[in-house]
Amino acid sequence: MQVKLRICRYNPETDQRPHYEDYTLEAEPNDQVLDLLNQVKWYQDGTLSYRRSCGHGICGSDAMRINGVNRLACKVLVKDVGTKITVEPLLGLPVIKDLIVDMEPFFEHYRAVMPYFVNDEPPPEGERPQTPEQRARFDDTTKCILCAACTTSCPSFWASGEYVGPAAMVQAHRFIFDSRDRAAAERLQILNDRMGVWRCHDIFNCTDACPREIEVTKALGELKVAISTGKVE
Amino acid sequence: MEHQYEVVIVGAGGAGLMAALHASRGAKTAVLSKLYPVRSHTGTAQGGVGAALGSEEEDRPEWHTFDTVKGSDYLGDQDAIEFMCQQAVSTVYELEHMGLPFNRTPQGKIAQRRFGGHTNNETRKPVRRACYAADRTGHMILQTLYQQCIKEEVTFFDEFQVLDLIVQDGVTCGVVAVELLTGELHVFHAKAVIFATGGWGRVWEITSNAHSYTADGCAISMRRGIPAEDMEFFQFHPTGIYRMGILITEGVRGEGGVLLNDGGERFMERYAPTAKDLASRDVVSRAMYLEMRDGRGINGKRFLHLDVRPETVNKYAQQDGRTFPDGSPYQLSASDVLAKLPDIIDFCRTYMDVDPLTQPMPVQPTAHYAMGGIPTDVHGRVLIDEKNTVMPGLYAAGECACVSVHGANRLGTNSLLDIVVFGKESGLQAAEYAAQCDYIPLPKEPDADVRQRLDKLFKGKGSEKAATLRREMQEVMFADVGVFRTEEGMQEALEKVRELKQRFAGVRVGDSGKVFNTDVLEAWELGCLLDIAEVTTASALARKESRGAHAREDYPERDDDNWMKHSLAFLEPEGISLRYKPVTVTRFKPMKRVY
Repeated sequence: MQVKLRICRYNPETDQRPHYEDYTLEAEPNDQVLDLLNQVKWYQDGTLSYRRSCGHGICGSDAMRINGVNRLACKVLVKDVGTKITVEPLLGLPVIKDLIVDMEPFFEHYRAVMPYFVNDEPPPEGERPQTPEQRARFDDTTKCILCAACTTSCPSFWASGEYVGPAAMVQAHRFIFDSRDRAAAERLQILNDRMGVWRCHDIFNCTDACPREIEVTKALGELKVAISTGKVE
Repeated sequence: MEHQYEVVIVGAGGAGLMAALHASRGAKTAVLSKLYPVRSHTGTAQGGVGAALGSEEEDRPEWHTFDTVKGSDYLGDQDAIEFMCQQAVSTVYELEHMGLPFNRTPQGKIAQRRFGGHTNNETRKPVRRACYAADRTGHMILQTLYQQCIKEEVTFFDEFQVLDLIVQDGVTCGVVAVELLTGELHVFHAKAVIFATGGWGRVWEITSNAHSYTADGCAISMRRGIPAEDMEFFQFHPTGIYRMGILITEGVRGEGGVLLNDGGERFMERYAPTAKDLASRDVVSRAMYLEMRDGRGINGKRFLHLDVRPETVNKYAQQDGRTFPDGSPYQLSASDVLAKLPDIIDFCRTYMDVDPLTQPMPVQPTAHYAMGGIPTDVHGRVLIDEKNTVMPGLYAAGECACVSVHGANRLGTNSLLDIVVFGKESGLQAAEYAAQCDYIPLPKEPDADVRQRLDKLFKGKGSEKAATLRREMQEVMFADVGVFRTEEGMQEALEKVRELKQRFAGVRVGDSGKVFNTDVLEAWELGCLLDIAEVTTASALARKESRGAHAREDYPERDDDNWMKHSLAFLEPEGISLRYKPVTVTRFKPMKRVY
């Protein structure tokens, strides 16, 4: 089948502002949108630039807006989006070139929430015990691949880049609800801020955008409850 | 721009990050990665990391050692394998102490599952040795190590692609890298360099590997005169998604899934009567190839079925007399499959419209893992000849390295183990080395070679497209240097690859800009892949026997008298030259390999 692909292009070395370019391609219904971008880059226009690596939805490189919603280009197939496809960079982060955005502001928020395991008690020789139920408590938020699809779909983040954003809070959640971790209170204090969890207004864009099907809004809700009650349950 | 760090680590997957954590405690360290670290290919590993913890049943590091030696088809160095399997237990606990969220047993221990080739050496039955976090164990290792690097404030240069190794009088003194954002070349002056750059599945048409898995480290070191070891051994994983190559973890079979041919027959019973579907990967891939060749692929096509539907699993588990650790009959429910293999179900639903809970999955062997690579000793030190001469200051770890712990065939779960054990060891060793020596002065214009190579890609005559050459290479390598090989086929492949290398000189990239010029880097990566394709084929052509992943139709038997040795391939102006070195045998004399 024939696919009409419209791509938002911007080359900082030659362009004043972004513009759209159209490409016509032969494609199969099961082709990934990433395959289409590759076809353009490899055979039509080598200047087209985007990030990609694993090609099957795990590395998180190729988050972009596809027909207006945040998706991984390697996890959306032609048959899911039809034969007229518009591809644009993520919103809310500065565009560097074509579909490549500056990820530094995103990772800065990530680093701000203590996104690492903390437990200074001397470890046992073997593992720190944890029951399957305790492990299941934070399972959902361990799936995050830091693709930024959630944060850059959030109107609160569009309104202010100072907002820590859902991805960073998903990471915080993963440790706060881990029975082995000892820094929940510190992280909750970081998030108990105007630009922290209270900036979340349950819009659910993040949950819809997550390619890993993490219940992001629910996780953020649990953080709000933990801050309000002072209890991590 | 010039930088100075005592230890420079190239690559930020599991091996690079583990090296970084340990090196940065003793030396001024920087990590360079062409991707953001969390994008690294370690993240796609699914099934588990092998360690004889004995959480659920008796297990011992000695059994793990023997299984790995046998799995390697006796080409692995037994001292290195023993070191890895002994270190496995403490290293997996170290990961747990860093917060890695392993699944748990009802008693709160790290949960373990079965994997191909891992056995109780006394009963010969499969043993639960793969420590897992659902079917995203690699993702959790990568995330956990990166998190700890942030905690310890490790210095990263993200999206810096290394293009050359700087060597002065045979001693390592740094690397040249391009900053993707600006296109600027940077020189990193270092006392020690650790390559942790991963593998090169992109040499082949059907692969489970990332687009970025392009052999950079191995190709760079070969261009600097360092050999590549055992390159003919590349693993084809039995279960890739048909036509796409995306990996379906062996954990599916560990949980009781079976492979079926067009007649609905569980054909592995004929090829491996004891281990059946959990035989070693090379054995299963060959069996699949033969089934498809003989017309028993599904509807006569080039794929077979992998069936993990609970009714199928329970039927065969009953036939096999499989039990839970408490002795009760083994049973798998749909919710167990969902809990233990969520990502696999997601892949199948997304890419194939197949629901593994109610339908079998179409699979074919997929190029998966490089057993060969940059020769190292157990400390990660790079060895430059058949006498095991150490190259001062250069280290390699993970898939790009060949210690050799995987020999001719790697067991599932041993790659995640390899990266954490040898990543750590090389990090510790590099820091120790750096503490004892001074910086060697850099040569004049250390980036001259890189400039020249890039210049050629900008100024080629434009007669060829890199993508076309890449496709042709991938097709010929998959057809002729794949699961089964013949003299004739490999000869043709070698000629084809050499032709492609010549045509590569005619490539001119379409992007002449500086900022994120991924066009020129993809072309540069193709140059690496072509070098590796040539080395792989030349090494394979020379080895006149079948061993592990190197299966020849014209030499079907293993030949220990003539070929129980490692090959060392050198990239020279007139072509590839091959030398050999002995395998280290300590306790296990070669035996016929039966599963």
